[in-house]
Amino acid sequence: MSSYQTHEFDVLVIGAGGAGLRAAIEASGAGQSVGLVCKSLLGKAHTVMAEGGMAAAMGNSDDRDDWSTHFADTMRGGQYLNDWRMAELHAKEAPARVRELEAWGAVFDRTKDGKINQRNFGGHKYRRLAHVGDRTGLEMIRTLQDHGIHQGFEVFMEYTVVELLKDGDRIAGAFAYERNHGRFHLFKAKSVIIATGGVGRCYKITSNSWEGTGDGHALAYRAGATMRDMEFLQFHPTGMVWPPSVRGILVTEGVRGEGGILQNSEGRRFMFDDIPDAYTHQTADNEDEGWRYIIGDKEARRPPELLTRDHVARCIVREVREGRGSPHGGVFLNIHWIKEQLKDGSEHIKKKLPSMYHQFMELGGVDITKESMEVGPTTHYVMGGIQVDSETQMSIVPGLFAAGECAGGLHGANRLGGNSLSDLVVFGKRAGEYAAKYAADQSMPTIDAGRIEEIERHALRPFETDGDGENPFEIQHDLQNMMQERAGIVRTEENLSFALDALVGLRERASRASAYDNRDYNPGWHTALDLDNLLDVSEMIVRSAIERRESRGGHFHDDYPQKCEQHGTWNTVITMTGDGSMQRAEQQIPAIREDLQSIIEENQK
Amino acid sequence: MTTATFRIWRGTGNEGSWEEYPVEISEGMVVLDAIHAIQTEHANDLAVRWNCKAGKCGSCSAEINGNPRLMCMTRMETIDTSQPVTVEPLRAFPRVRDLVTDVSVNFRMKKSVTPFTPRKPDAADGTWRMKQEDVDRVQEFRKCIECFLCQDVCHVLRDHHKHDEFIGPRHFVYNAALEMHPLDVADRTSDLKKRDGIGYCNITKCCTAVCPEHIKITDNAIIPLKERVVDEFYDPLTRLFRIFMPKKQEPAATPEEIGKVIDG
Repeated sequence: MSSYQTHEFDVLVIGAGGAGLRAAIEASGAGQSVGLVCKSLLGKAHTVMAEGGMAAAMGNSDDRDDWSTHFADTMRGGQYLNDWRMAELHAKEAPARVRELEAWGAVFDRTKDGKINQRNFGGHKYRRLAHVGDRTGLEMIRTLQDHGIHQGFEVFMEYTVVELLKDGDRIAGAFAYERNHGRFHLFKAKSVIIATGGVGRCYKITSNSWEGTGDGHALAYRAGATMRDMEFLQFHPTGMVWPPSVRGILVTEGVRGEGGILQNSEGRRFMFDDIPDAYTHQTADNEDEGWRYIIGDKEARRPPELLTRDHVARCIVREVREGRGSPHGGVFLNIHWIKEQLKDGSEHIKKKLPSMYHQFMELGGVDITKESMEVGPTTHYVMGGIQVDSETQMSIVPGLFAAGECAGGLHGANRLGGNSLSDLVVFGKRAGEYAAKYAADQSMPTIDAGRIEEIERHALRPFETDGDGENPFEIQHDLQNMMQERAGIVRTEENLSFALDALVGLRERASRASAYDNRDYNPGWHTALDLDNLLDVSEMIVRSAIERRESRGGHFHDDYPQKCEQHGTWNTVITMTGDGSMQRAEQQIPAIREDLQSIIEENQK
Repeated sequence: MTTATFRIWRGTGNEGSWEEYPVEISEGMVVLDAIHAIQTEHANDLAVRWNCKAGKCGSCSAEINGNPRLMCMTRMETIDTSQPVTVEPLRAFPRVRDLVTDVSVNFRMKKSVTPFTPRKPDAADGTWRMKQEDVDRVQEFRKCIECFLCQDVCHVLRDHHKHDEFIGPRHFVYNAALEMHPLDVADRTSDLKKRDGIGYCNITKCCTAVCPEHIKITDNAIIPLKERVVDEFYDPLTRLFRIFMPKKQEPAATPEEIGKVIDG
């Protein structure tokens, strides 16, 4: 029954956001044949949504900055659950990756002396984010795309991978369908790089696009890779909350970086009310000092709005819970107040935050140079992901690599804003380099025809439900509502247990998800297929969360609201057992290198 | 809550018909929300291309009541719902299914343009310097989200189907971003004239009118490029010079020099 087209590459890259494109460029440059498969059109991946900037200790806007401070900031932000070697490599290599983008045509905002300008962001001690207004992600993806199309790799747009293939223990390729006509394609490859981004679509309120269904996480898990830290989701503190149709759309942290303040319904700047111990020494204790920091006074400390995202999100939840929220269940983000400080304030806002200005004007009918924005937490990013080797980005499956959001480790329990764009290119490059090296020593794997038939049959199952089929969109909505309610920003034992049970029922319904009509560009069918991935990822999140009986970073457990030192010594890992069930375990964090430990201690002073 | 009727083009390739669907309209809703509601409630197989739903990726381009628009940025409040609201695929590209068209020609057009070619690094630290005022106009062009609405509305593509001779407004913006980049030293003028068909544009500014990023495509990108073409090919003095002295071009950075920029 099998009917598919076969393609052979040395290296197959799945996903064409920042990490996938950077990996493909690197692997092509190493002389390997490379195929790049992406779920959407080229240049549309979620990277375009990144707004604020790319963290790199270049020292252009503050010469006190260097890699060691960036490293210490990343570890502190991640509450020390990070893979410290990845954090070190990231801090050391990010500046080169920024300069590389400039050499490939990116046009960053400039300092007065013509260098790449850097801006303030939460959790970063110094002005560190290279940026282009509030559309830095677009600049990155377009630069990589426009450079990449001349590097010789072949792009397969609007192709979705349904399963990875193996030859014994090692990776052998991937099986995919193309969206336009629903035809199947076999990609044979010596090494495979997963760069599929995030999982936000497990939740109702999210900043993620439809693609964020955790495909790479689920594919790698089912192929035998280990997942780590899946309890840690980042709920970005500032998503739009009104009108309902735009709920969850991101409002960049850059608003706060440019001086935006958070206020409750009483007009109080509530972020001053709760500053974590680890940050008191570097956080302003009055409004005047906060503003002086924004305008570049080196003696001043950061305003509390620029504390880490996990903390700011929780403070917002507290205000809303205690009845001091905005009319639609958020709080107020006020940037227009800077007009008191800057005489050209309105123009400054429009120049520095042009897409926020348009987004609120066009979607919310709010002029942010005159009125405050209503904002609240939105599911934004998953810190957890495929466990990889720090240097090479290879998972425990030989030949299977991962980079970007779908890989775990760099960010620990919470990611700092701006560390994602740099993550993409630092580790995208590394994955490309090592996947190419690995492929160079391998022969083309053999594919098991029987396995392909099995995958194909499974993929076509939605067309064969007769009578008892379920609407895949409804199952997806029910899953998203359930996860939002039970495994969202504030978690309890009771809710998480409920979620675990609910997932069993949802899986049963998903097995009956149906599609009708033909296979040409059929969203009902695609949604039915995405459900398997959403469910696997949701289960990883819930199983990981339920056993972490403390609150740390992106994981806030209402029954255990404090951080527990003992739980800071291990990472959660998830694997698939022989019978296909999901298994959770704790993995001790390897002892940190002494020189890195001293850097951390030095920066705690 | 009011109800609106949506008239949507349904079909595969050029075969198809208009279908009507009722949609409940709530506050702040955009056209893409209505399409999703139809997809969930009435037609799971309704094909639509979308990603970010925030006007940043340029995927959900369609023609709403005949106007090329992003569905995610068109609020229902701005549409007269006393009449059925028509939504149909872009007209300048081949239809795939329902609201989805085959826009691959745009990717081929872009690939034909000479890529970014930086000059030799000239700052003391082995990199480059650029002033903000020198990059402002390039940054305007780089806001482009590649929604291809400008390509859709341009009569040279839409009505005259010159896809093989004319790269369209999007790719003139792309050319302009490269040509006006302070570091770029490549010369694309000859291609613009001979291969890319810039002469076909008769500056009706339809492209500028539909750009969701408010890029002044005609005034800031196309007209300056046309002027470069005129200067190089039609100015008698320049032509004379060109016969005796080939155009002097600033040397591009070598791969080794680029490598040094990156390593810092």
